[in-house]
Amino acid sequence: MSSPDEHMRSTHREHGLGVPIAGFILSIVLTIIALWLDQQGALPRDWLITVVLGLAVIQIAIQLFFFMHVTESDERAWHIWLLALGFLLVITIVAYSMWIMTFGAEAY
Amino acid sequence: MPVDIKNFLTHFFVTGYPLIYGADASIILATVAILFVLTYFKKWKWLWTEWLTTVDHKKIGIMYLIAALLMMFRGGVDAILMRTQLMLPNMHFLGPQHYNEIFTTHGTLMILFVAMPFIFALFNIVVPLQIGARDVAFPYLNAISFWLFFFAALLLNLSFVIGGSPDAGWSSYPPLAGAEFDKGPGENYYLLSLQITGIGSMATGINFLVTILKMRAPGLTLMRLPLFTWSVVGACILIIVSFPALTAALALLLIDRVAGAHFFTMLAGGMPMMYVNLFWIWGHPEVYIVVLPAFGVFSEVVATFSKKRIFGYTSMVASIMVITVISYFVWVHHFFTMGAGPGVNSFFALATMAIAIPTGVKVFNWLFTMYRGRIRITAPMLWTLGFIPNFAIGGATGVLLAVAPADYQYHNSYFLIAHFHQVLIGGTIYGMLAGMYYWWPKMFGHRLSEGLAKHAFWWFNLGFYICFMPQYALGLMGMTRRIYTYPKGLGWGPYNFIATVGAYMMAIGFVLIVANVVYSAFYGERDTTGDIWDARTLEWSLPSPAPHYNFAVIPHVDRRDAWWVMKQERKEGKTTLDLQQEPIRPIHMPNNSGRPFILGVCFFTVGFGFAFSWYALVVLGFLAVAVLLLVRSFEYEDSHYIPVEEIKETEAAYGRL
Ligand code: HEM
Ligand SMILES: [Cu+2]
Repeated sequence: MSSPDEHMRSTHREHGLGVPIAGFILSIVLTIIALWLDQQGALPRDWLITVVLGLAVIQIAIQLFFFMHVTESDERAWHIWLLALGFLLVITIVAYSMWIMTFGAEAY
Repeated sequence: MPVDIKNFLTHFFVTGYPLIYGADASIILATVAILFVLTYFKKWKWLWTEWLTTVDHKKIGIMYLIAALLMMFRGGVDAILMRTQLMLPNMHFLGPQHYNEIFTTHGTLMILFVAMPFIFALFNIVVPLQIGARDVAFPYLNAISFWLFFFAALLLNLSFVIGGSPDAGWSSYPPLAGAEFDKGPGENYYLLSLQITGIGSMATGINFLVTILKMRAPGLTLMRLPLFTWSVVGACILIIVSFPALTAALALLLIDRVAGAHFFTMLAGGMPMMYVNLFWIWGHPEVYIVVLPAFGVFSEVVATFSKKRIFGYTSMVASIMVITVISYFVWVHHFFTMGAGPGVNSFFALATMAIAIPTGVKVFNWLFTMYRGRIRITAPMLWTLGFIPNFAIGGATGVLLAVAPADYQYHNSYFLIAHFHQVLIGGTIYGMLAGMYYWWPKMFGHRLSEGLAKHAFWWFNLGFYICFMPQYALGLMGMTRRIYTYPKGLGWGPYNFIATVGAYMMAIGFVLIVANVVYSAFYGERDTTGDIWDARTLEWSLPSPAPHYNFAVIPHVDRRDAWWVMKQERKEGKTTLDLQQEPIRPIHMPNNSGRPFILGVCFFTVGFGFAFSWYALVVLGFLAVAVLLLVRSFEYEDSHYIPVEEIKETEAAYGRL
């Protein structure tokens, strides 16, 4: 147990509560936009999916910068490797699931 | 009794099977017995302050271990019931519905409530000690993980006597598991208990990854980490990246079931295959989550009992990481027959076969470590030696299953059953048992009897081959999995009979393991040195069992196998250096808390409410969770310091000062 309270205090000193609250509000707004677009039904289906996916990617960025402070660390940036792996795997899931779910509809 | 009350009760409590009444009776008797013992010996306070509220990773590990063994008993009874039913053609021991319920709970329990807690037990007991830390990164969260697991297990087990158990297989595919074909609370129990234990597993994954990356002793660089700890890194990464897929799949299926949505029905544009896809995005990494730590155990055991450093350390680390990544790219091999097309199937078949390469590297490294070593055949070593042929056969049949066109022949047959039991039992369970025998002295201060351990091993190991080898043949003869009986005249009878005899032998092996635990508690050889195996890594530099702060002074590490090197140098008189170079300072430790336990109760309430669609309970449970989280947020005094005098006293009592 290296003193966690010291660490807490230092992040608070740097940001206060403003950053997490801003992130919180932003992510709620993004969620509401996604829901609203879907309920409106104004966009064509393909556009709707693209836009909602885009909003999801912005959500990821908000998580990383507002809550997880990816850019702030005095140590070696280990987490960059883990993040890269995380992104690789997330993209894998999405892309491969789409491929799998076409059931060989692509030309052979 | 008024009719509707009677109606309610007969649906609420499962009725009609003598076996269930037996279960009812034994649950009641066991509960009464436990309550009586606790009250008679006035142990309630002790139980609460020493165990239920603890945040000490060593105690949490022991609780995981006990839970895993208990659940292994329950899952084992299921296995024995199934094998008894299949012993002869046209048996009437279990009905079809009952058989479905039993293989479902057996599979679910064995993977999520035996293999998972068993690996978490070793994570908790070993990792902080191996890396020279005083606790995990988030001790409070660690306790929460345990209690979520514990109450999830309780929820799943309750289904058998209250409401009816899940019966759509451990993979629970819709539409079979959907609202249309599977009425009643059974499947909801499954969905909720997996969801709850999943939250706990996710937290454990994060907790241990952070612990290993951030809390290593000074000088303990990543390339000096013991291999068990390395395997935990791999398992944690897999947990973090794969469990979200399970969470999504279960949540969507639950919404389908309780709210009438259509994510996984063909109606309204839903797609059941998407569930299968999501399930195995988690499901395949899951089997590597449970086998990687077993590999880690074997690496430690082989080095210790060959008195040699592990052969090819760097290639061991590399193969762990390669397995971690590739095992994420193979999930379709669980549903080649779904017909996702030749492109998809070829890609995933090749990726699956590729895993054999790093795994092969590891097996050869273990063999080369033993080569010309001074081998001592102890209990942990026996299980390790037993593992190697098991995994060779299991790996070979796995590669056969990975041949996509051939898999169309034996998919979902007993060939598959034999294959995955060979790797899950021969790999994970053997590994966990090896680890249990190996670290038992570190946990409890005495070792398990070698004599009983040898008997247990041979019953279990021979029983294993007698049980599962015939099942490869049965699979090729056309026997499919999940059938509750089969007619005469197919030639399956003798093979099934032999398999059942093997299962009984394994049951004897398990009983001997438990007998050993009890026997050794009284007569086991005490470990006074703390280093009973003459081992190599830091946990053996501590007394057994370790004091609750682990290290009075955090050691400095300057190479691999630090403890071994230090012992050698001391023997040769080269150094008088001790691990304890610095003066003792007050130690900062987390406080105990009852909240993780209560949080478990709340989640249990939520799960139970969802199972019966009693939403008042759900809301109540969630509200209580929210309150508990709030209370935690405003808790400022969550740690204390152990004064130097107390540390000195404890160390002196161990004879270390
Ligand atoms: C004494 C040892 C064991 C015996 C005799 C045994 C026996 C069986 C039997 C008879 C089945 C049902 C086959 C069917 O009807 O389809 C089964 C299924 C299964 N077993 Fe085991 N088992 C044992 C241990 C284990 C262990 C240790 C694990 C995992 C760590 C495990 C995981 C599973 C799974 C996942 C299933 C599939 C359940 C399903 O079809 O949904 N088993 N086992
Ligand atoms: Cu797999």
